[in-house]
Amino acid sequence: MKILLTIYKNEIAPRFDQSSEILIAETEGEKISGNPRIILLPGTSGEDICGLAIKENISLLICGGIEETHYQYLKWKKINVVDGVIGPYEQALNFAVAQNLKPGMILPGASIYWEKS
Amino acid sequence: MTKKKSRAHIKANAALPSRLDLISLFDSVTFGLLFMDSARRVITINRFLEALTGYNREEIVGVHGENVIRSNLSSKGDPVGQALESDKTMTLEGNIINQVRKKIPIRFTISPLKLTTGKNAGAMILLEDISLLKDLDSKIHGFSGQEKIIGNSLKMQEIFELLPITARTDASVLITGETGTGKDLVAEAIHKASNRSRYPFIKVNCAALPESLLESELFGHVRGAFTGADKDKPGMFRLAHGGTLFLTEIGDLPLPLQVKILTVLDDKEFFPVGGSKKVSVDVRIITATHRDLGEFVKQGKFREDLYYRLNVLRLHLPPLREREDDFRLLLDHFFLEFRRNLNKKIKGFSTACLKILSSYSYPGNIRELRNIVEYAVNVCPNETIQPEHLPKTLLALPQASSQSVPRSEGAVQESVQGDGAAVMDDPEMTMPFAIPEPVGWGEVEKNIILKSLTKTGGNRSRAAELLGWSRSKLWRKIKHYGLE
Repeated sequence: MKILLTIYKNEIAPRFDQSSEILIAETEGEKISGNPRIILLPGTSGEDICGLAIKENISLLICGGIEETHYQYLKWKKINVVDGVIGPYEQALNFAVAQNLKPGMILPGASIYWEKS
Repeated sequence: MTKKKSRAHIKANAALPSRLDLISLFDSVTFGLLFMDSARRVITINRFLEALTGYNREEIVGVHGENVIRSNLSSKGDPVGQALESDKTMTLEGNIINQVRKKIPIRFTISPLKLTTGKNAGAMILLEDISLLKDLDSKIHGFSGQEKIIGNSLKMQEIFELLPITARTDASVLITGETGTGKDLVAEAIHKASNRSRYPFIKVNCAALPESLLESELFGHVRGAFTGADKDKPGMFRLAHGGTLFLTEIGDLPLPLQVKILTVLDDKEFFPVGGSKKVSVDVRIITATHRDLGEFVKQGKFREDLYYRLNVLRLHLPPLREREDDFRLLLDHFFLEFRRNLNKKIKGFSTACLKILSSYSYPGNIRELRNIVEYAVNVCPNETIQPEHLPKTLLALPQASSQSVPRSEGAVQESVQGDGAAVMDDPEMTMPFAIPEPVGWGEVEKNIILKSLTKTGGNRSRAAELLGWSRSKLWRKIKHYGLE
């Protein structure tokens, strides 16, 4: 399975259409195979990321806030979208591989107060 | 002034109860509020923002603020970072995407959070949902107010393409073009499409006032600055704070004032007339002129440094004679506008009339065309505007000049328009006419009344009907012109 994550620094980018960096990882069973690729985009465009996801045959797309139009388009193209995710992208990827990632999830590393609470 | 303010500030802070329930207070306001620390982590949000974003305040404490509001602010630089580093409050428009994937237009106000000790503690973001305003604005003005500017010609399309670009920046804009080409409309459209649209758009005609009055008009004065200055006057720069100041006829600005304008542009500060305290303003300057400023610079009538400062973005509006595709569009637009306003039943222009209009050179450009149409619609008592309903000054001028609005004969013959604006193609109406001597309006009206009375064999009721007047109005006019 091929997974695409829109990222900003070490976290999932807050907004899909404002992301200029993406990470593509491939999984085999419940493991990540090979080294994930990070691609820097020339600009920020939701349409460009949609196009790239189709071109790369992505099965699962993980992002932050996404507009309904882009979401429905990706669904129509048979791409599973887990949106509204907040937190470090590595955690998001691990949760996804373990099939525990849910839309709107605030990951443990998202808040500086996580350990305290 | 500042000292007084800060003393009052301290006093007010001390007067506030120390155990004030601020959270309840924040929850009672109808704006979204997000408080973040200096590392941009969420301290809390109010109830309105919970509803707007779909997040519960407990679950997002300590999360990066941008992950909660999901705005497009990053595309506008880093306004939150700027607010954290400075003392300045910033207002800008953008949008957010909420939990149900809805994009909401928002006006953001970002203010630094200061402790009473003066130390920076983070920032507050106020989010105002402007969906309704945006809907209303698009209904009234269309996107960015451009719909008031009419034009299909290539040259105007180029202007339309440049408008959103000029609206996006705060750089000075210089609009050039002959008189009557629509410089004011373009300036207003830029302001309306910019982030400053909620703040004032103030227009000052630099040619309308003598130097001393203009200085006071622009920069304001303090009480006692000169004879008659019995109270402080803020001046247009201060009134336009946050918005746009449109200086039209900038070519006519006296040299001493050019220096002062240059200083304001550079320092964003100035002294009001007679004042000893500097005033800071945040104003975007748009200027316009029908003069050749480059030539003025060569002649020493305009400061070169100011010219370059104002000429950052340049928009040149073409004269009507170069907008061949727009002539009919504008003619029909003004015709329909005046027909509606004056509640007339006129169907359109005769072919002969249109030939005259299309062969005229329009030195006054669109303004002149508008005035001609207004005159014709006012004067015409019938269903078709004939050459005699055009201003006499226009008829007195030699027609078909080389500088006239160029268009093909086919365009002139074009007949009925969908919305009722029409060219009457009746052969009777295309008869050549004798150009009458230029006469005053009174004479024209008198002749119209006489013609109507002749046509109706002296029947006043029918003549009044023909003129579209009431019987009493016709009676008054007959008496006024001594036609009894």
